[in-house]
Amino acid sequence: MNTELIGIIATFLLTLIIAFPLGKYLAKVFAGEKVWTDFLKPLENGIYKLSGINIKEQMNWKQQLKALLTINILWLIYGFFMLIFQNKLPLNPDGNPGMTPDLAFNTIISFVANCNLQHYSDESGVSYLTQQFVLMFLQFVSAATGIAAAVVLFKAFRDKTTTLLGNFWEFFVKAITRLLLPLSIVIALILTFNGTPASYDAKDQFLSVQGDTVNVSRGPAAQMIAIKHLGTNGGGYFGANSAHPFENPSYLTNMVEMIAQVIIPIAMVIAFGYFIRRRKLGWTIFGVMTIGLFMLMIPTLSSELSGNPALTKMGIAQTTGAMEGKEVRFGPAATAYWSTLTTVISTGSVNGMHDSTMPLTGLWQLLAMMINGLYGGCGVGLLNYFIYLIIAVFISGLMVGRTPEFLGHKVEAREIKIAAIITLLSPFLILAGTAISSYLFTNYADAGWATQPKNWLNNPGFHGFSEMLYEVTSANANNGSGFEGLGDNNVFWNLLTGVIIFLGRFLPIIGPVAIAGLLGAKKFIPESAGTLKTDTKTFALMTFAVILVLNALSYFPALALGPLAEYFSMLK
Amino acid sequence: MKKYIIQSLRLTLVLIVLLCIIYPISIAIAGKLAAGNGGGEKIVKNGKTIGYELLGQSFTKPEYFWGRPSAVNYNAAGSAGSNKGPSNPDYLKEVQSRIDTLLKYNPGLQKSNIPADMVTASGSGLDPNISEQGAEIQIARVAKARNISQQKVKELVAMNTLKPLFGLFGPSSVNVLKLNLALDNL
Repeated sequence: MNTELIGIIATFLLTLIIAFPLGKYLAKVFAGEKVWTDFLKPLENGIYKLSGINIKEQMNWKQQLKALLTINILWLIYGFFMLIFQNKLPLNPDGNPGMTPDLAFNTIISFVANCNLQHYSDESGVSYLTQQFVLMFLQFVSAATGIAAAVVLFKAFRDKTTTLLGNFWEFFVKAITRLLLPLSIVIALILTFNGTPASYDAKDQFLSVQGDTVNVSRGPAAQMIAIKHLGTNGGGYFGANSAHPFENPSYLTNMVEMIAQVIIPIAMVIAFGYFIRRRKLGWTIFGVMTIGLFMLMIPTLSSELSGNPALTKMGIAQTTGAMEGKEVRFGPAATAYWSTLTTVISTGSVNGMHDSTMPLTGLWQLLAMMINGLYGGCGVGLLNYFIYLIIAVFISGLMVGRTPEFLGHKVEAREIKIAAIITLLSPFLILAGTAISSYLFTNYADAGWATQPKNWLNNPGFHGFSEMLYEVTSANANNGSGFEGLGDNNVFWNLLTGVIIFLGRFLPIIGPVAIAGLLGAKKFIPESAGTLKTDTKTFALMTFAVILVLNALSYFPALALGPLAEYFSMLK
Repeated sequence: MKKYIIQSLRLTLVLIVLLCIIYPISIAIAGKLAAGNGGGEKIVKNGKTIGYELLGQSFTKPEYFWGRPSAVNYNAAGSAGSNKGPSNPDYLKEVQSRIDTLLKYNPGLQKSNIPADMVTASGSGLDPNISEQGAEIQIARVAKARNISQQKVKELVAMNTLKPLFGLFGPSSVNVLKLNLALDNL
């Protein structure tokens, strides 16, 4: 077997070796049990004291959401003004301009929402101040928000009947002090000692061997790259993201970054099982998610490793696979592996350009983001999956003619309505967004805007359609990767994706937390012979079928117009 | 509600100090111990910086090994890929012209020996490496332009080839800048 394949298999195994114990650890941390990191308690108590927080104060689900939304809205306001006025603020050694209001609107929503769609260009679009005090700051706190929201859901199912779900601030602060910050320090140090810049040195200039003048962007990148992966954010320090040799200097760092981005999403699933004392349920969910991952990853590998058929026709050698938009030090296998991971979870960082991947690879990337719950983003992945679970419980209940139950609580009309709305939201946002942009592109190509719709696309035909579909899908999934050929820094795309990201982030947090809160407050019904068990293979298969059917029905037509059509047109 | 607003404000301020000042500055200080003092490892010749070890640069002269095509012409202050789709006709024309250029400057080269990395743009536009095969097909040209034996050039290529990680994981690669500097130092 070749070293490229061995490399990705080893990466996956290492991921599991780290993620499983991490999950157990997280369950203990959030349950307040004894763990070895308890020496950080004084730090946390200091944070609570300075912020005027009393963690003994228990919140119900509505109060949890109020706290969550309040602090998120505050960050939106803070970041928006920082970005607009960055040219007037300190720490801007390269003299980069302030953002336009529409770009700042898009950027701030994107980072508050853990999406990190980047319509600005990193090297010239932000200052050192905004990189760190806005973007990197939000990478920490948006991930912690997702984790805290998931822990609220954990709480609802731990005890038999409960309305008090712990203290939001405690979960949020612990997600940072016990998880994100310590791991970020480790990853940032690994990166720094493997060549990623970490200092505040300004741009450098040198004369190359052949005598060209070269400007080099640098800066404190390692710090941000660590949290961009751990927090499933994905927003890079440099324009080329983790394809840039400074962001990802070697195969070793590539393995580290691939592991870093997925350990927390996996650990959260395992933690869920431990936390609610139903380990088997945690493992069952992990099993379904992992099978889903492989079903997306294996065809992706096969389509990338066999190379671009159009280039094969030209008679050159594609021994290792398709290379456009990829880096030699990673090779096509590790780049394909990364592209599946980054779309399955909501990182959206890239180590190769997705716009240049093969049509079927694009199909799997899109589908992964449409499902958006196989592992999924920090915390929110599990929330999305929870909605699929509720739908599966409901449908199975109908099939056997019984009132559906989940973990001893009756699932009734109100919960199903919420789950249905959240399920319908994604296709609505994705398809309506793509439809509006396609309509403008075809009918108003010459509109008198700064960027005319006819100049949006970097590629003609079906692939051009895929560029628009990808952008909107990525926004809704809070993923943040892009078919970057799309000319997206203009008023239309900034506003459209800004709104989609916002709705695609907060409604799928509010919905599951509300359902969990409502269910948790209901009378506990002990398990009997007639109970639908949710941790069995049969129910796992049922959930899998629900995920497959819902997404296939919603998205097949759009996928057929983009990547599938391109694939078949290349077979000729 | 008002309570949450005040708590949010205070918590945000505290976290900014922890996450945006203490954390990054500690890493930056630790980075001073790393190669290149945490500012990227430079390659210096006669007291002048002539490049960064990790960043590819443009080589076009026949006596140097060429790196990969770059969508941004190796601009280290504006990294990017081409973002060309696999079926884009303009893109395919571009690849064809790169094949023709390679065939023209490397007489005797068989088309079927050209590896994909030599005719496709990298993701960053700054790829410092080429594949082993990408170096091999250029050996004859470089040896001729420098008037040295092919054997000598081959040895240098082998010396500048990075094997898979621990001999097990990932592809092997050749660092173009280091290889060319080794040639200049002969």
